[in-house]
Amino acid sequence: MAHREYPTLFLLILPAAIVFAAFFVVPMVNLVAVGAAGEDGFAAYYSVFTTPRHFESMVATVLLSVGVTAVALVISTIAGLFLVRNRFWGRETLISFLTFPLAFPGVVIGFLVILLAGRQGLIGTISKAIFDDKLVFAYSMAGLFIGYLYFSIPRVILTVMAAAEKLDPALEEAARSLGASPCQVVKDVIIPALKPGLIASGAICFATSMGAFGTAFTLATNIDVLPMTIYTEFTLNANIAGAASLSIILGLITWIALFIARSLSGSTVASSG
Amino acid sequence: MQRRWLFNLQLAFTLFVCAFLIVPVMLSALAGVTENFFFGIKSGFTFRWIIEVWNLYSETMYLSLLIAIACLAVTLVIGVPAAYVLARQGGRLARFIEEVIVLPVAVPGLAIALALIIMYGGFRDFRTSWVFILVGHILYTLPFMVRSVLAVLSSMNFRELEEGAASLGASFWQRFYTVVLPNAKSGILAGSLMVVTLSVGEFNLTWMLHTPETKTLPVGLADSYASMRLEVASAYTLVFFVMIIPLLIAMQMLSREKRQAKIADDDPLSDLDKLNLQKDKL
Repeated sequence: MAHREYPTLFLLILPAAIVFAAFFVVPMVNLVAVGAAGEDGFAAYYSVFTTPRHFESMVATVLLSVGVTAVALVISTIAGLFLVRNRFWGRETLISFLTFPLAFPGVVIGFLVILLAGRQGLIGTISKAIFDDKLVFAYSMAGLFIGYLYFSIPRVILTVMAAAEKLDPALEEAARSLGASPCQVVKDVIIPALKPGLIASGAICFATSMGAFGTAFTLATNIDVLPMTIYTEFTLNANIAGAASLSIILGLITWIALFIARSLSGSTVASSG
Repeated sequence: MQRRWLFNLQLAFTLFVCAFLIVPVMLSALAGVTENFFFGIKSGFTFRWIIEVWNLYSETMYLSLLIAIACLAVTLVIGVPAAYVLARQGGRLARFIEEVIVLPVAVPGLAIALALIIMYGGFRDFRTSWVFILVGHILYTLPFMVRSVLAVLSSMNFRELEEGAASLGASFWQRFYTVVLPNAKSGILAGSLMVVTLSVGEFNLTWMLHTPETKTLPVGLADSYASMRLEVASAYTLVFFVMIIPLLIAMQMLSREKRQAKIADDDPLSDLDKLNLQKDKL
């Protein structure tokens, strides 16, 4: 029956294939061509290195994403391990709270950062009451860092918890009975066991931070991260070739990062929010 | 003694992280119903801002719902059959197709939107209609539907069930409707929730694809953050949370159920097996 049904199977996948080809594959290939069709030709693809503004924006975005990834990994590992290993009242609720923000769009997260660290924000009010100095950092790189951390933590915690649940407690018990200190247990038993999960969620976190647009858009249009640079090139400078080539490069970076994540973990909680 | 101390330290840390995520949401909800946020809740409780948001932005909510439902319909019709074919075929080609289909999630929305505008922006009627946004949302959500259904189908032996049905004379479509779809139900449900949630909250693509006539909820939100007073922006955000949180809760409940089912599955003996074993002993 298998071979007779090939035409039917082909028909079943055809609609998805048509939609996908017409609205993704062809436009993306066209985008690559448009990127090379400006006055600089294919050199537009080197503009990330040759145009100082693009280069600076690229470096800033990579540094920001690496920083956010590192901090998110540390925070989520501590909290994730704790939640997997301990059973206490309110644990399920705590887990729900920690994973809710997963589906918040970037713009909303930008606004939440404003409420936290903006001109009328909570941190400013508290610091004014205590030190008589209003602390406002929402509209800068620091605000962006907080925002990216906000949407990264839930993603990483979920992956860490999934990996930690598979951890064999007997290994730890064995290490401890052989005289390992708690630090040694963490360094030699727990971290190596969590490593694939950590690398995978780190890659997801990095890719998401590289491509995030909404948060930067809400906080300030003059923060130069790559998605904002692409947006300004396209809308304000009408530099379509430049915007196209930068988008392709950004797309390649995030795709490679997510490819690494997928080949390590097999499942994704990824999105370029 | 030391363990207790360590437990408390870790609990405090986790609670702090949780506060970091939840406090801003509560601040936003609170600001949406206070008379004047600068003076705090003592300035009075009011529905004024929510009513104002409704008057100013209700159309964005209708459009977001319309797009989300249309997006769900399309991803169901084209995504579920595609997932079935991929699950049945397997092999290198199927894995390649799966990899390609996930690309719109990996590539930033900004790049996809740019590609769509450059390619189809010239078709005025298409560019200015809400269908243009719908196309972007379909690309972005289709991978989630396909992968969700594919995961369920790959985890069970639906081919055997299908062959059984075929040997009893069921036609291809009879099998598809009575064997494959009912068995893929949990994947279809999870995928559907995901599609609707993502579509309602999508901003990166939508911001580039929208026109002044086609504003969705997140686009309206960005608009209000830039130009409205904090209370109105907060009230609008509150409305968004009210729309999206039931979806999130439903999703969490579904995944919890699945986790529990999995744990039950790990038991190598089913209840029926245990019964049989007891019978043998007797």
